[in-house]
Amino acid sequence: MRHTLSIVVADQPGELSRIVGLFSARGFNIETVSAGETPDPKWSRVTIVTRGDDRTVEQIVKQCQRLARVREVQDVTMQPHIEREMALIDVAAKPGATRQEVLSLVAVFRAKVVDISESGMIIEASGNKDKVEAFIELLRPIGIRDYTRTGCIAIGRLSRVDSSRAATEEEELSWPVDERATGDVNKPSPSHPFSTG
Amino acid sequence: MIAQAQLAIPPATMPQSDVLTQPRGAEILIQALVHEGVDAIFGYPGGAVLHIYDELWRARNRITHYLVRHEQGAVHMAEGYARASGRVGVALVTSGPGATNAVTGIANAYMDSTPIVVITGQVPIPLIGTDAFQEVDTIGITRSCVKHNYLVRDVRDLAPVVHEAFHLARTGRPGPIVIDIPKDVSAARASYSRLKNISYPCIDRRSSPDPHVVARAAAAIVQARRPVLYVGGGILNSGAAPALLAFAERLQLPVTPTLMGLDGFPSAHPLCLNMLGMHGTYAANMAVAESDLLIAIGVRFDDRVTGKLATFAPQARVIHIDIDPANVGKNRAPQISLIADARDALCALLEKIESFGQARIDESVSGRAAWWERLRAWQQEQPLRFSGAADHIKPQSVIRELHRLTKGNALLVTDVGQHQMWAAQFYPFQKSRQWITSGGLGAMGFGLPAAIGAQLVRRDEVVVAVVGDGGFQMTNQELATAMQYDLPIKVLIMNNGYLGMVRQWQEMFYERAYSEVDLTVSPDFVKLAEAYGAFGVRATRPEELSDVLAAGLAHKGVAVMDIVVSKEENVFPIIPAGGNSRDMITEG
Ligand SMILES: Cc1ncc(C[n+]2csc(CCOP(=O)(O)OP(=O)(O)O)c2C)c(N)n1
Ligand SMILES: [Mg+2]
Repeated sequence: MRHTLSIVVADQPGELSRIVGLFSARGFNIETVSAGETPDPKWSRVTIVTRGDDRTVEQIVKQCQRLARVREVQDVTMQPHIEREMALIDVAAKPGATRQEVLSLVAVFRAKVVDISESGMIIEASGNKDKVEAFIELLRPIGIRDYTRTGCIAIGRLSRVDSSRAATEEEELSWPVDERATGDVNKPSPSHPFSTG
Repeated sequence: MIAQAQLAIPPATMPQSDVLTQPRGAEILIQALVHEGVDAIFGYPGGAVLHIYDELWRARNRITHYLVRHEQGAVHMAEGYARASGRVGVALVTSGPGATNAVTGIANAYMDSTPIVVITGQVPIPLIGTDAFQEVDTIGITRSCVKHNYLVRDVRDLAPVVHEAFHLARTGRPGPIVIDIPKDVSAARASYSRLKNISYPCIDRRSSPDPHVVARAAAAIVQARRPVLYVGGGILNSGAAPALLAFAERLQLPVTPTLMGLDGFPSAHPLCLNMLGMHGTYAANMAVAESDLLIAIGVRFDDRVTGKLATFAPQARVIHIDIDPANVGKNRAPQISLIADARDALCALLEKIESFGQARIDESVSGRAAWWERLRAWQQEQPLRFSGAADHIKPQSVIRELHRLTKGNALLVTDVGQHQMWAAQFYPFQKSRQWITSGGLGAMGFGLPAAIGAQLVRRDEVVVAVVGDGGFQMTNQELATAMQYDLPIKVLIMNNGYLGMVRQWQEMFYERAYSEVDLTVSPDFVKLAEAYGAFGVRATRPEELSDVLAAGLAHKGVAVMDIVVSKEENVFPIIPAGGNSRDMITEG
């Protein structure tokens, strides 16, 4: 199954490769990896999404925990947590009808246009993996020239949601709150694919 | 002289302001090693460690450097030193080829949880990443076979890194630490400070045994009808042998050690079923196969022990006690897991069991009478044995004779192959740290240099390197090291003219196609010994064996005993790889 691991590790050269090495040593593919600072600049947080049977992942978690410069490792998969990723998508949308179509998708997905030219536009989209992927799939027929994705980042929930239901309730519960908190100017659309039912 | 004077100044009063009077990195390194109580370094110089060697020369009265003949030997010597003494062994090598030559030893220490610190030179910081002369990415190359490694980028970090390295090497599950020191860092100056700049707390994850788990485990143990103690290298690393003996005796529990744990329990003790696994005894393997409770301590369910995992100890519940959580549940999911030091755990368990009272303990012991009957029957049915021969020396008899002549007191160090298994089977051990072998990595070439390192800390004991004619030739140049430093190891070559262990597999599983295992073209080992200035003797006939061994052992200096043994003898019992006790082959 898919596991999301959240690891706090010393912000020092080489530490990330120690962690990643544990996966490759077991022949595990890492779906996404992302790293960034924590409130304490000495430590950074690495979020890794991987697929594997629970026992092997548990083993990797333990091996990770014994690395000298790792402070904590959590498999957040089964805990209430919020996961997000961001994509920058270069769409070949020339002025005219296609561009209008892209803009309406942008509105529905509460994405953003961050660059534009005669030949196309670059769109910034964020959300959980499914949302980002759904968006990319809808843009694909229009003509994606390239895209880049950050990979998942995750954080534990403040509200203690029942973990077994968290995955399904996550979107309904969190999106409106999230978007307001980040000051997103796009109004939630009533036809939003994830805001209803 | 100036440097000596500086070193004599206690660190606290070291002038902080005057940069030029501050010690260089190399000096700080040596000072830190002295603070850690290091008295011996095994090493080999080169460009990137010249500053360090210069300081070593000045400090030669405080630390003895042993010049090896190949860096692999340096690391194996550090391992032998560590395993024989329980202290951290230290090796020092140069950048590039020095570091790559050391990798086998580092990996060996990693697999066998041996505490060593390996210091490698590195090209100066500005040259790192430029494919400079003798540059390799030592940190990258060793990453997957160290407990931790450091590239020291700032001379001020040097002392704290060294102290942390020693701490990490010996705490928790011990292991190798690599410290990679660029040449400009060993030249730069700084004040010596033990603690400055440690920005990361060294997380000490040692936990005392959880009393709830101890209680559950103790209850399971007294109730068990067919329990077996399966014990490994963790017993030695934690100094738990006395606690294990007390525990096993109190409850009359059968004990089977792994290859790494052989000297953790007296081999001749009535409770001992002897070695478990591929070449373990029939009784030990049958006991585990029929056991209802496996009490696994300081072991890792290695495939050479378990064979086919799915059918290993199929009826048993498992209590797994280990200091390293990553070992627990890795290969076999236990019903009870206790993350703790082996000695702490055994003491806590015994205390808990005592609290049950004598009546319950007696009941527990008598409830296992039938189990002991079966165990004894297995022991009698298939004891370890070998047939004699009139015209050639049987390798097993060599070990038996060695045992007799050394009164069971030798420190045995082995290489890898058939001779290793015969030594494991036929030399009963009496005390901890009497047995040093390459278990996890199975690195040929380990035996001779490891014996040198062991002899250094056990000066007055008989240290015997039992090696094959193949493995001996991987590191025999270290005879020069033994001679140079007057470390009087006794090398016993089990000369079968073959890469015997490989030949055995080819005989048994590849229709006797002896592909590339013939060693008949080998040097005359007696002459080779003499060429190094050592004493050499040879036995080719059974009637010569005793005298030749006695002569070699009696020699004051380094001795090489070339014992020409039966060429096609096989190690039995053997459980073919991936099999289980039912597939055990007990004779040829
Ligand atoms: C460095 C290394 N290379 C290859 C092997 C594979 N191997 C295991 S045992 C063995 C044969 C060892 O021959 P020898 O040293 O003569 O010992 P014997 O088995 O004959 O007692 C070999 C080649 C190994 N363990 N280590
Ligand atoms: Mg041989």
